[in-house]
Amino acid sequence: MKTMAEKIWEQHVVVAGDGEPDLLYVDLHLVHEVTSPQAFESLRLANRRVRRPDLTVATMDHDVPTRGGRLAADEIAERQMSALESNCRREGIALYGIGHARQGIVHVIGPELGLTQPGLLIVCGDSHTSTHGAFGALAFGIGTSEVEHVLATQCLRQRRPKTMAVTVDGALPLGVTAKDVALGIIARIGVDGGRGHVIEYRGSTIRALSMEGRMTVCNMTIEGGARAGMVAPDETTVTYLKGRPYAPADAQWDAAIAHWKALATDADAPFDQEVVIDATRLEPYVTWGTNPGQSVPVSGSVPNPVTETDERALAYMALEPGTAMEAIAVDRVFIGSCTNARLEDLRLAASVVRGHSVHPKVRAMVVPGSASVKRLAEAEGLDAVFRQAGFEWRDAGCSMCLGMNPDILGPGERCASTSNRNFEGRQGSGGRTHLVSPPMAAAAAIAGHLVDVREFGKN
Amino acid sequence: MEPFTHVTGVLAPLDRANVDTDQIIPKQFLKRIERSGFGPFLFYDWRRAGNFILDRPAYRGAAVLVTGANFGCGSSREHAAWSLLDAGFRAVIAPSFGDIFKSNSFRSGLLPVELPAPEVAELNRLATEEPGMEITVDLGSQRIRAGGFETAFAIDPFYRECLLNGWDEVALTLRQDGAIARYESTRPAWLPISR
Repeated sequence: MKTMAEKIWEQHVVVAGDGEPDLLYVDLHLVHEVTSPQAFESLRLANRRVRRPDLTVATMDHDVPTRGGRLAADEIAERQMSALESNCRREGIALYGIGHARQGIVHVIGPELGLTQPGLLIVCGDSHTSTHGAFGALAFGIGTSEVEHVLATQCLRQRRPKTMAVTVDGALPLGVTAKDVALGIIARIGVDGGRGHVIEYRGSTIRALSMEGRMTVCNMTIEGGARAGMVAPDETTVTYLKGRPYAPADAQWDAAIAHWKALATDADAPFDQEVVIDATRLEPYVTWGTNPGQSVPVSGSVPNPVTETDERALAYMALEPGTAMEAIAVDRVFIGSCTNARLEDLRLAASVVRGHSVHPKVRAMVVPGSASVKRLAEAEGLDAVFRQAGFEWRDAGCSMCLGMNPDILGPGERCASTSNRNFEGRQGSGGRTHLVSPPMAAAAAIAGHLVDVREFGKN
Repeated sequence: MEPFTHVTGVLAPLDRANVDTDQIIPKQFLKRIERSGFGPFLFYDWRRAGNFILDRPAYRGAAVLVTGANFGCGSSREHAAWSLLDAGFRAVIAPSFGDIFKSNSFRSGLLPVELPAPEVAELNRLATEEPGMEITVDLGSQRIRAGGFETAFAIDPFYRECLLNGWDEVALTLRQDGAIARYESTRPAWLPISR
C-alpha cells in the first residue's frame, strides 16, 4: 500500500540513503535565465560538464520584456539572457529563447511540449515547479546549488517528504474556479501547513478539473508550504498529452500508458495528514494581506487583525478592518503568470470582458503564458476582445508576477492579479497585490474595483 | 565550501513570522550572474523604509539572526541565503524554515537552526533587551550559548557532516558514477528526450 508520491520516489532511487538522504534520478531538468548562471559558472570553474543535456530544457521567461522584444531588455537582463544562450550552446541544451515560437514561462511550455509526463521526477530552479505535478509527476523547486548538482550528475540528494492528502469533493459553484480552490486550500491549511510534505490532490472536484485547472491548483502548492503537489493521471491527462511533440508515440505510447495507470495511490495507503474540503462551499476568494493565506470570500470584508503579522499586512495594504472587499478600488489589473495564463484562463477572462470596457482609471494587461498560448488565443479572437475593451495584449513571460522586467507596479498602486504571491513589493516596490481568479480580475478591470463576478453583469 | 564548525558573534532579532525570500532579497537584485555582492541589498525595502531593527548600531556586523516561524518561505531564490552570508550572517535561528530555503542554506554554508518556539522567543527577548549580546552556535556539539541561556539543537546528520567538513556535494555524488550509469541503463525507452 503506497501513495503515488512514494511509488514515484522509489522508482527514482539511484542509491538508497541508509540514514542519509536518498540519491534520486532526475528525468527532466528545466532551466531559466535567473537561477542558472551561477550554477553553470561553478560547473565551468570545476571543469565539469552537463551530464545529460538531452534531459535538460531551457527557456527565457523571468526577465523578458513583454513588448518591444529583446531590445527592450535592460542591460543586466540582457546579460542574463546572453549568459543562458552561451551556456546552452556550450553544453548542447535545447533553448526556447526570446523570439522562439515555443518560448514561454517554463511551467507553461513543459506541459505544452509534452515534456511533462506522469511518473517523471522533474526539477527546476523555481518554486512553482510544483505545477507539473498536475500530470502525476513528482515535481519541485530547487535552489541554484541543487541546479548545479543536477547539471553535473542528473541526480539530487533528498530526504523523503511526508505525505498529505487534500481531498476536494463536490461540484464547484458557478463563478468559482481552480484558483479559488487553491486559495481556499491555503486559507484552510495556512502558508506553512504543507511544510515538509508532498500534497496529493484528490476527490471529485479535482477529477472534474481540466489539466489547466489542475496545473493552477498544483502551482499554488508552494504557497501552502509544500514543495510538491500532485494529481493522479487519468483520461484527462492522457487526452491532453496525446500527440504533443515530446509525448511518447506509437508502441511507446501504450507502454507509457500502462506505466502511468499503475502510479495511482493504492486504496487504503496511509497519508501522514489528511484534509477534506467541501467544494460546494467555496466562493471566489480575494487576498487582503501580504501572504496567500490571508484571503476572504469576495462577498466578505477586511478582517480584524489577530496577529502582529496581520497588523503589518493591513498597514502595508493600507486597508481598514470592516471595509467591504468590493469597495476596494484598483489601479491595475494583471492577467498572467504560471498560475493563470493558459488558454483556458484567457477564455474565462475574455468571457467576462466581452462587450465591456476597462474602467478609465484602470490600466489592465494580459500576458499570455507562452508564445503558443498567444497564437492560439489570437486564432480564436481573444486578443481582439481584450484589446477592444482597453487591455494591453503583451508577449509571453513571467512579467508582473514578479516584476523582474519593466512590468511593475508603482509605489502605492493597487492591483487585482491572477498571479500567485501578494508578498510586500512582489509586483513592484510599494505595490499592493490582491490575488484573484482570471474572471475576477477581468471583472475588477471593468468595474474599477474588486467585484463579485457572480453578480457582475446582472444589472 | 568553507567548513563550518561554530560561530560566535552578535545576535540580531527580527521578530516576524513568514518572512519570505522576496523580503530577504527583492527581485531587482536577482539579475547578477555572480554568487557574491548581494549583502548590501539584504532586506532592501525594509531598510529603505527606515528605522529597521537590523540597522541599529548594536546589531551592525551581527553573525546570527533569530527570527519567526516559516522563515524563507516563497521563492526558491538561493540569493536569499547568499545575501545573508554576504551581509555577515553565518546562522539563522527560527522555529521553522521554508523547505527550499533550508535546503539552500545547508548547501551554501549558512546554518539553519530550528528551536522550539519558546526558546526562540527567549533568544529574541535576550537580543532585544541586551542589544549587541554575543551568541555561540556550535555545530560540533550541537549547542547554543548566549549569556546564561544554553540549549541543544537537532540537525540533519548528513548536512551537519557536509558543513563540518566543507564537503562539495557534487564531488560526493560524482563518486557514485557507476550507480548512476547502472540506473540510466534501466530507464524505459518512452521517457522524454529533449531533442
